[in-house]
Amino acid sequence: MNKIKGLSLHVISFSEIEELSISERVKRILELILKNKIIIIHGKLRAEEEARLIEDTMAMAGHVKNFKGIELAVIEPDLKEKTFFVKMKYGLAKRLVGDSSALTLIGPSSVVKEIKRDPKKIELLLD
Amino acid sequence: MLKLLRELSRKIFRGLFRKKEQLKIGFYGPPNSGKTSLANRICKDWTGEEMGAVSKIPHETRNVQFKEKVEINYKGKILVFKLVDTPGIATKIDYEDFLKYGVKRGDAKKRAKEATQGIIESIQWLDDMDAVVVVLDASENPYSQVNITIIGNLVARKIPVLVVANKIDLKRADIKKVGAAFPEYEIVGISAKEGTNMDEFYECLFKLSKKI
Repeated sequence: MNKIKGLSLHVISFSEIEELSISERVKRILELILKNKIIIIHGKLRAEEEARLIEDTMAMAGHVKNFKGIELAVIEPDLKEKTFFVKMKYGLAKRLVGDSSALTLIGPSSVVKEIKRDPKKIELLLD
Repeated sequence: MLKLLRELSRKIFRGLFRKKEQLKIGFYGPPNSGKTSLANRICKDWTGEEMGAVSKIPHETRNVQFKEKVEINYKGKILVFKLVDTPGIATKIDYEDFLKYGVKRGDAKKRAKEATQGIIESIQWLDDMDAVVVVLDASENPYSQVNITIIGNLVARKIPVLVVANKIDLKRADIKKVGAAFPEYEIVGISAKEGTNMDEFYECLFKLSKKI
């Protein structure tokens, strides 16, 4: 098994990006990705922001030399088995302070080969 | 009150207009899940001719393709729609992946560049869809972020969704796993290549059209 010599993660808190527009958020993420950083966002992008991130990533992959794209995964608490009150509490907190219970993992595909996920675990395979 | 009336008249106007327009049903999913195979199967069944080329090499479909006025006449019910087959959505494209399939370096680079454009085109077409069939490969892990992003975007846009677990002819296929990943949706397992379970698929397609 290969030994990992070092892994640098760039953590972005949700409050750091919550005031930004979709374009600014995506730009911020892609700027870090181009610097070969693996990003952890404390929170979750909206569905349309994820789509925009893929669109802009593809636009860059078509034009920036050696840039092939990103690996992306969102880790969220599993609420399927939780009671109605727990779900309600979670929904209320989400409305008040944003979806801070989720974590978003984004890395350049040249560094992160694959993010394998299933409901119970997440594996980051590095290149 | 005025706002409510305006909204009501807008809905009535849109409803009338939509009836005259042809329904657009999009086929979305990750690369190589069998979107074009399914589109071909439907077109062959109901129009007599296929729609596009299929291949084992990912990103064979790199442009949005259309088939106008596909008329399904099934058990006395008729559904007419425009079939929109889209390039598979991915977060990365590496031309070196195509070399493994024997594609020459120059062609692989060209294919990769076209594939990136195809993905952008697919995403931009989302807003134009009246309903979407999300085609997943039942032999692959359904918990990929691309699948979640596609379905999340359809939900956000209030576009009705049907999830198809394709390639059930493969030994590794696991419809239950697809169902567990997307419990809010009805899942129909098919093999577009073999034509397996197409009756259930057409039933589900009619149900989907009623949600529009």
